[in-house]
Amino acid sequence: MSTSTVDFHDQHGHGGDSHHQHHFATMEQQFDTSKIGMWLFLVTEVLLFGGLFVGFGMMQARYPQEFLEAHEHLQRPLGALNTVVLLISSFTMVMGVLSAQRNDKKKLVMYLILTIICACIFLCVKYFEYSHKFEEHLLPPRWYQAQPGDTVRDAAGNVSHGYGTFFAFYFMMTGLHGFHILVGIFLLAWIAIRAHRGEFSSKYYTPVDLVGLYWHLVDLIWIYLFPLFYLIK
Amino acid sequence: MSTHEHTHEHGGSGVYVKTLLALLILTILTVAASYIDFGSGNVVIALLIASIKASLVALFFMHLRYEKAVNAVIACSGFLFLGIFLMFCFIDFDTRDDAKALDPQPVMYGPAKPAGAAAASAPAAEAK
Repeated sequence: MSTSTVDFHDQHGHGGDSHHQHHFATMEQQFDTSKIGMWLFLVTEVLLFGGLFVGFGMMQARYPQEFLEAHEHLQRPLGALNTVVLLISSFTMVMGVLSAQRNDKKKLVMYLILTIICACIFLCVKYFEYSHKFEEHLLPPRWYQAQPGDTVRDAAGNVSHGYGTFFAFYFMMTGLHGFHILVGIFLLAWIAIRAHRGEFSSKYYTPVDLVGLYWHLVDLIWIYLFPLFYLIK
Repeated sequence: MSTHEHTHEHGGSGVYVKTLLALLILTILTVAASYIDFGSGNVVIALLIASIKASLVALFFMHLRYEKAVNAVIACSGFLFLGIFLMFCFIDFDTRDDAKALDPQPVMYGPAKPAGAAAASAPAAEAK
């Protein structure tokens, strides 16, 4: 995205060359450079979530019974619904990029709006899931309230640390992911407005492509989050 | 793959529709498999299907299949280092006999929800 900060003065929209920055030999080179930069950023994102995945795995190995019982409190149909919503949003995003490549401004804007709608549905479902957990006190250890089904207890009936630990990871990881969705919505809206102004064409659509890559990565992370939290036995 | 006239265009809508369908079918599969008990196989199946899905997204939606190789190398290196990170953490975890002994009595929190007798006796148990 760094290469696209100086192009808002472009009024006519389809002169690809007005986006050409002088330190790049060709538009092709400029496009490839932006892409490499975006992929490097995506790798840092993978490693950011990777640390949390490793932590989750360690704690699951430590508290297997607690994690198994805690995950039963997650609403599997809602998680599956959100997976489908995100996959569809990834599809609409890539169709948007294709429309940009084909110079189809109308379809590009339409697909970007569809992607934003999917993102909003995702966050709505997440809101219902979170509020259910707040009501049931399914929270990190400090605030966790034992559930009748929790079996790992001491003699006095207090429950293990492991239950709350599961929800600490649940809120941290889905929260960070949800934050990425929120950022994605703003990026998509920004791209949609620029597309509506006719700033993109088959010659210049780098921001559309890079926001698309970001959006697919957010989808890719959810592809791993969903089975780990909702499905694993 | 049908339309290749254009310099930048990859895949085309046909490929994207097929990718989406494959992803949706795999999602149904992984949810269905989670209701069947394969013992420790459940984790393997879930992560295998997730990895196939992630590869489909990366190859077709993120265009890695058609991109310059350097982007694929960057992406793979990210997962390679994540793999090293995971592997060494778990080798460490699995080879410690005392992983649990570090904290023989895990911290216990909060009274059971149907509070009452159990909760009342908690302070007494701690006093011992």
